[in-house]
Amino acid sequence: MHLRLHIAILFLASSAPLATALTTEQRNIPVLFLEQSQIDTPVLSNIRKTPQTSGLDGAHVGISDNNTTGRFTGDRYQLSASLVKDSNEAIAAAQAWVESGNTLIVAKLPAATLLKVSRDEHISQKAIIFNISAKDDALRSSQCRPRLLHTIPSRAMLTDGLAQFLISKRWKKWLLLRGQHDEDTLFSAAIKRSAHKFGANIIDEREWQFNADLRRSAQSEIRLFSQSKDYDVTLIADEIGDIGEYIPYNTWLARPAAGTQGLTPTGWHWSIEQWGAAQLQNRFSEYAKRDMNDIDYAGWLAVRAIGEAVTRTKALGGDTVYQYLISDDFQLSAFKGRSLSFRKWNGQLRQPIPLVQPNALISQSPQEGYLHPHSEMDTLGYDRPEVSCAFEASTL
Amino acid sequence: MKNPRPFRIAGASVLLILTSLAMPIMAEQVYVSNEKDNTLSVIDLDSLKVIATIEVGLRPRGITFNKDFSQLYICASDSDSVQVMDVKSQKIIANLPSGEDPEQFALHPNNKDLYIANEDNAVVTVVDTEKREVISQIDVGLEPEGMAVSPDGKWVVNTSETSNMLHWIDSSSHELVDNTLVGQRPRHVEFSDDGKTLWASSEIGGTVSVIDVATRTISHEYSFQIPGVYKDKIQPVGITLTHDNRFAFIALGPANHVAVIDIAQQKVIKYLLVGRRVWHLALNSDETRLISSNGISGDVSVIDVKSLTVLKSIKVGRFPWGVAVKP
Repeated sequence: MHLRLHIAILFLASSAPLATALTTEQRNIPVLFLEQSQIDTPVLSNIRKTPQTSGLDGAHVGISDNNTTGRFTGDRYQLSASLVKDSNEAIAAAQAWVESGNTLIVAKLPAATLLKVSRDEHISQKAIIFNISAKDDALRSSQCRPRLLHTIPSRAMLTDGLAQFLISKRWKKWLLLRGQHDEDTLFSAAIKRSAHKFGANIIDEREWQFNADLRRSAQSEIRLFSQSKDYDVTLIADEIGDIGEYIPYNTWLARPAAGTQGLTPTGWHWSIEQWGAAQLQNRFSEYAKRDMNDIDYAGWLAVRAIGEAVTRTKALGGDTVYQYLISDDFQLSAFKGRSLSFRKWNGQLRQPIPLVQPNALISQSPQEGYLHPHSEMDTLGYDRPEVSCAFEASTL
Repeated sequence: MKNPRPFRIAGASVLLILTSLAMPIMAEQVYVSNEKDNTLSVIDLDSLKVIATIEVGLRPRGITFNKDFSQLYICASDSDSVQVMDVKSQKIIANLPSGEDPEQFALHPNNKDLYIANEDNAVVTVVDTEKREVISQIDVGLEPEGMAVSPDGKWVVNTSETSNMLHWIDSSSHELVDNTLVGQRPRHVEFSDDGKTLWASSEIGGTVSVIDVATRTISHEYSFQIPGVYKDKIQPVGITLTHDNRFAFIALGPANHVAVIDIAQQKVIKYLLVGRRVWHLALNSDETRLISSNGISGDVSVIDVKSLTVLKSIKVGRFPWGVAVKP
């Protein structure tokens, strides 16, 4: 009865949070959003730019989602955003965060900076870092770090997801076309790994050297560039979108294109509406006034993972939350039709990979028939035997 | 392997004949909402044939009858309203104010108050169905979905899919007084007839929790295993309990099976193969038949409760979702 009286009073006091009605005190859970500003590489095609607020907007929606639940648990989540210029500033910001007694960091940092931050001894003992943007496979295979978790899928997960689909269509002969940037080399390395893993045949690999404006000459240039004996599909490795957009339809043979353009594997896409996803898409577009992308989704996932661990353990961060996150008990429902959890061997969040074209979801991997003793989702990306870093042993 | 099959079919049809002989003529009808067709299908439970298709509002999902079965309430999610259909004329006679995006609802035993989960904006709306006005809106967790009212009318329980909670609302004050944390993505809640237990399905958690109503804590948790089906494809949604509290039937979503739980034994005793992506379930009045809506295959399965066998699947509209039986 006493409890109910409290509630009545609170309702009179306008729409104050319900939390205090049901719990004795409100608890604050501060989360740092740490971002390093990056200068976009100039591209030949006038593609749509990735919004500057990618990731941050997703994290904000995650905070708001957590706080809706927090009304009943007494938890209040707060996001502090810190924009840094380089790795030194990133380390300083993370150190200051940890020194003031906080542990939770959502990181939108390039791989090199991320590694430096996660290796810093002041930070690594206490912080839990969620990587929401760096897709580098090295971070999941040879350079993984304890307390560094990845909610963005790795390149290997993306290309494995795509490969399963192509193989299930029996499109096994691939012509690999790649750009000149480092990321393109990494993406094509992931494609080659996936081809080997699932039994595709890369008939040729070509790097483009174009510096002409392809918007005007793609019709003739790409035709020659993709001239080859028979292939089933062209695989494009062009992460920044330099010329990849001009490859579909311009190829020598009438074949579909896939990879960073054409049919694209990604962590998230605005066209996903199954499994209740329309709700999340609506909340996001209402908040950010734009479509939700893969980095936004990874930011949302990181904050929601924090929310789940805090709600279930009743701890505010630190070791208890971290141990729960990487335990068998942790489950996250995240609008992909499966329960998501972190891989114990490298801290990667296992998740289905949507395959999209610009205006629709085409499929979602793992494809039917790809089996795994633990989880079908572990057919995507680096599995335990392929990982050389001691993520588990070094968790404590 | 050749012999048992004709035998089984013969067995089932003999059973059908027997049951139809044994029982008085029942013109029971099954109403099914077709989410992507904006229609209801009406099935005659004797002939097991679709006898009518009725056009309703956009994206119909939850459906429920009033006490004397003269009216059917329909959640027309994309029309942002709850429609009232006169069962006799099969005409929509009113649109109740329902708040945004109504998905499921439950009618209070007083036959008047309708509790509606508004999926898009984290509230439960209470509508007076006589005056056709909103009495109250109650803040709940993210993406409210399942709704149930206890048989004594005291408790209203709502599930929130992303907060992973059951919210306990006192029906006399319309205030939220307690929350129970359950597995990931709770979809549906159902009270036992004696009002002592509440059953809740967690779609992504893959579990069904049984909650002791007196203490509002979980007393038992069921998980499911079907040979050849991956654990994470077992996604419980719809729940139906028999009046005698003997069986619980659980629709397992993309696992395409309905689990049969013997409640006294606390054990799953059978998995029934139904259509693809089974959503919701309903029993007929004497509980001899169980009907499941199968979203992806666009049909319903009719199950004989006595023998626990699937009798027939019946094609309905696209994405059948809600099921309700009129005696």
